[in-house]
Amino acid sequence: MSQTLIESKLDQAAATFRQVVPAGEPFLHRIERGQVFRILDLEGNQAVDTLFYSAGDTEERYDANNTIREQGNIYLTTGTRLLSNEGNPMLTIVADTCGRHDTLGGACSAESNTVRYALDKRHMHACRDSFLMALADYDHGLSKRDLSSNINFFMNVPVTPEGKLTFEDGVSAAGRYVELRAEMDVLVLISNCPQLNNPCNGYNPTPVEVLIWNA
Amino acid sequence: MTEAANNFRPELVLWQENVPAGAHWSGVLRRGVTLRITDVNGGANAAMLLYNWENPVERYNMADTLKGQHTAFLTAGNVCYSDMGRVMCSVTQDTCGWHDTICGVSNAADVRARYGEADYQAYQNDYYRNGFDSLVNELGKYGLGKRDLVSTLNLFSKVTVDDNGGMQYVPGNSDAGAFVDLRFEMDTLVVLSTCQHPLDPAEAYQPRPVDLVAWKSAPVGKDDLCRRHCPENERAFINTERLYASL
Repeated sequence: MSQTLIESKLDQAAATFRQVVPAGEPFLHRIERGQVFRILDLEGNQAVDTLFYSAGDTEERYDANNTIREQGNIYLTTGTRLLSNEGNPMLTIVADTCGRHDTLGGACSAESNTVRYALDKRHMHACRDSFLMALADYDHGLSKRDLSSNINFFMNVPVTPEGKLTFEDGVSAAGRYVELRAEMDVLVLISNCPQLNNPCNGYNPTPVEVLIWNA
Repeated sequence: MTEAANNFRPELVLWQENVPAGAHWSGVLRRGVTLRITDVNGGANAAMLLYNWENPVERYNMADTLKGQHTAFLTAGNVCYSDMGRVMCSVTQDTCGWHDTICGVSNAADVRARYGEADYQAYQNDYYRNGFDSLVNELGKYGLGKRDLVSTLNLFSKVTVDDNGGMQYVPGNSDAGAFVDLRFEMDTLVVLSTCQHPLDPAEAYQPRPVDLVAWKSAPVGKDDLCRRHCPENERAFINTERLYASL
């Protein structure tokens, strides 16, 4: 898969929805089939942990393994169809000025911080806490059971031919974005990552903006 | 390598069982029990999921397992992490060398498109099964379901990733008699499907069986291969010990 950067033709002024999501905050929103959804990296090198659920049946959800296996490539970029656990296309990436997004690195959590960094890192804010609080406020029966393997937009997690998994400096920068067209009505759940212990946010978590255009 | 500490000895065996080709299986493996999974004929694939038997919302987590050990596949010395920073099981011995963690499982449409129709009415127990439905079926026995079907392991299968991110299935990864030993560090619900790997290029429906044998593990020493593999594993073992700390 090439890493050609594809720009969008959409005008930000024509977006019907815009919201800045500060670092450390979750975001949960419904996107209708045909709408185009953009995540804009405002200041650069910001990981945006993201899950999608079918709005009509939340048991159908984004499946990282189906998505990478069926396209034969572990990186997400323009042209990638995000597949569900049932094998259906949920969204298609239609523009990408970053070039590579991760879906193997998962979301940080208080507990994984104890393992990865030190036992006393448990009390730092983490993505899975943001996810849990967003689901607790959203009265549709979603819970920790529904936190499956997520996408990390703007994050760079290469796998070597020998099978080593590494976390590299981000390939994103201020003003870069990824844009997705919904192929079904979906719920998007985001944690704008608060991680301070590794370079996924350049050790400085910053805000992102989400924008939506009607079909 | 100190793998001799947890070697198989017939006098320690608790039970053994065969899982036929294309079948699904589940069982509870207690802390302190080792499960050897053997590829009987070569070329097997065993999709596997792990859940905390006391609290199944804690389960095997692909990303935490890979991040903690800086690897995209599993072999001897690695462990399987739960999403709560604990070690569910340790890979104490492995004669295969590479177990896939990133490809997930086939579904009914994949199997129909690839191998054609073979329903129970016409084929009885030789009907064609797929990984997704097999795991959902087995999870249902515990009140679990599609919501709980997270990223699986694919034991005995190998898929590599090139410098551009391209994925390649590597045929012939597992010979007849290859085995992997999983020493359970938590009371764990294990769910298995022996359907073919979704990238298996074989043109025919030809899943393979595995043999299971469970035995009483040797105690986990301070110099344990898996515990000493990396500082992350050491910390995850400490988290696990705290779960089972008692008077």
